[in-house]
Amino acid sequence: MLEIKNLHVKLEEEDKVILKGVNLTVEAGKVHAIMGPNGSGKSTLSYVLSGRAGYEVTDGSATLEGAELLEMEPEERAAAGLFLAFQYPVEIPGVGNMTFLRTALNAQRKARGEDELSAGDFLKLVREKAKALKIDADMMKRPVNVGFSGGEKKRNEILQMAMLEPRMCILDETDSGLDVDAMKLVSEGVNALRDAGRGFLVITHYQRLLDHIKPDVVHIMADGRIVKTGGPELALEVEQNGYAGILAEVA
Amino acid sequence: MALPQAKTDALEARIAGLSLPAAGWSVPARKEALARLSGMGMPAKRDEYWRYTDPSSLTAVSPKAAAPLEAADEAPAFDGIDRLTLVFVDGVFDAAASDDPALAGVEISRLAEAGPDIHWARDLYGVLEARGQSPVQRPLSALNTAFASDGILIRATAKAAKPVSLVYVHKSDTSDAILHHCIKVDAGAELTVLESGPAAARFNKVMEVDVAEGGRFHHIRTQGRDHDRRAVTHIFARLAAESLFKSFTLTANGRLTRNEAVLELLGDDAVAHVAGAAVGDGDFLHDDTVFITHQGERCESRQVFKKVLKNGAVGVFQGKILVKPGAQKTDGYQISQSLLLDDDSQFLAKPELEIYADDVQCSHGSTSGAIDETALFYLRSRGVPMREAQALLVLAFLAEAIREIEDEALADDIRSRMEGWLNRHKGA
Ligand SMILES: Nc1ncnc2c1ncn2[C@@H]1O[C@H](COP(=O)(O)OP(=O)(O)OP(=O)(O)O)[C@@H](O)[C@H]1O
Ligand SMILES: [Mg+2]
Repeated sequence: MLEIKNLHVKLEEEDKVILKGVNLTVEAGKVHAIMGPNGSGKSTLSYVLSGRAGYEVTDGSATLEGAELLEMEPEERAAAGLFLAFQYPVEIPGVGNMTFLRTALNAQRKARGEDELSAGDFLKLVREKAKALKIDADMMKRPVNVGFSGGEKKRNEILQMAMLEPRMCILDETDSGLDVDAMKLVSEGVNALRDAGRGFLVITHYQRLLDHIKPDVVHIMADGRIVKTGGPELALEVEQNGYAGILAEVA
Repeated sequence: MALPQAKTDALEARIAGLSLPAAGWSVPARKEALARLSGMGMPAKRDEYWRYTDPSSLTAVSPKAAAPLEAADEAPAFDGIDRLTLVFVDGVFDAAASDDPALAGVEISRLAEAGPDIHWARDLYGVLEARGQSPVQRPLSALNTAFASDGILIRATAKAAKPVSLVYVHKSDTSDAILHHCIKVDAGAELTVLESGPAAARFNKVMEVDVAEGGRFHHIRTQGRDHDRRAVTHIFARLAAESLFKSFTLTANGRLTRNEAVLELLGDDAVAHVAGAAVGDGDFLHDDTVFITHQGERCESRQVFKKVLKNGAVGVFQGKILVKPGAQKTDGYQISQSLLLDDDSQFLAKPELEIYADDVQCSHGSTSGAIDETALFYLRSRGVPMREAQALLVLAFLAEAIREIEDEALADDIRSRMEGWLNRHKGA
């Protein structure tokens, strides 16, 4: 599904190298988790994959089902099936949440040569998905993420994911800021999307999320590289002992 | 102080080809306007009030040529709105294209035809314009009063059954139109006036609006997309107690546009809102110049101006709130913002407050900034193409101004027109 090879990335504006040879493959139907200390490059990886400006890829490649992601515009990557749930969802004053979702959904359908969804069908779909995430009608009417609480923003990300049905989902610390109940809702939302044709890359600091969204593979990222890969037990080890042991072992 | 010779010379040259009508009730007012004008001369770039906008193409003897735009890609403005339409082609009234000017709650006549029985217009024509000459001189409006070839006189005696729509068609490359409208809204009456179209290669328009106690006046206009047209327009309004005045203008393209609004809140508890959304690409200068005087108590005024500029387009805002002694509990708000889509474009703003009462609330803000790159990326990461994402953000930026239109159907017309432009023009 997603294949990242030897990815090197530096900041465009300064000579700061952030990713120093990331290798990672997420197979269809699998959930991979990435853990790692603050500042190790996890969000940078997610931004580079989704096409945010400001980074320069100096080496390596990233493909989504064989197609080279790094050469596409952000909207082309989305249409190809990539989705990033942002660590810090963006507020857009003046653009209604509903308008935003409909525009996004129809743009992707159009890019894939499908018909736009009728207003009625769209409404029905949104209501159903929003209800499952306990997002009320009032939140849908407000401008995108404006005045949303931290947890509401994260649930809104998952709503977008549920509406857009991407094939490759990257979740960047979607659990941070969520209360216990919201964590369950969000996890259910993610689990509902799990299927044989879809891959997940879940960035998190905590085992708790992984109790709900059971990963198949866990990676540890440190200083711009994947330094260790293992099964779910690796997350438990981090939870208990922190990163010191693992980092010492690979150093 | 003696008038600089250059101003007098410019005036003489400008009016050499113009003449006052031989007879009619407006002649005395026109003669007074001409006398005022002789004391002012033509405005020039060196005048403080014209420091951002060069008036030379507005004061020149003849207009610069401007080709009409074939706007085949959009429906005419206010197409779906039930309205009474009056059409001017290059400033000349087109009776065949106009509706019969009979409307419940409203009396309508033409300036060029109005007989001596139009007493109410006699008390208004040039009167508000003359009041608006101080403390700042507006010679082009006095020129208009003196030499207007035509205009519409509308008096609302009750709630008008539907909006009166003035449609300005531009056909000739060299047309030079001067129109002067007078509008009187009687106590408790309500009227909506729509204006649309470029009007002429060069257009000088004055609208005097007198709103009596408890009267309500709404004004929505779109100025037409002809690239090379030039326009100077003035709205002079006088508001009695508990009356309401709301004006919104949408401008896209046009080489030069100077829209002045001079509003006086004379009675207590009156409300005056003036708003504008302008979208300019390339050789475009748009100037909103507003002067609002608070005299009554507890009056509310709003100025909401938004401009989206690219490829060297220039936006100007000069806005002043004057709160006179005794105008207690004044609530005045002024915001002027521009979205600069590139580094070549410019926004020049001069917001002013002058307050002589102690219990007032006045605020003003002026900003100019680029499009929010983070929001743009967020939209694109959800699959919204660059152009569409830009258009969404531009519309969001303009939304506060468009919200000043009370009528939902009219607001929708403006919004969808704007959406159409943005999507076709690929991001403004
Ligand atoms: N635009 C930028 N300008 C300057 N430094 C940057 C920029 N983007 C990333 N960095 C730096 O790159 C490093 C990696 O950042 P990144 O956000 O990818 O870390 P992370 O692993 O997601 O951390 P966290 O767990 O705290 O979210 C950090 O040192 C960060 O300060
Ligand atoms: Mg991060």
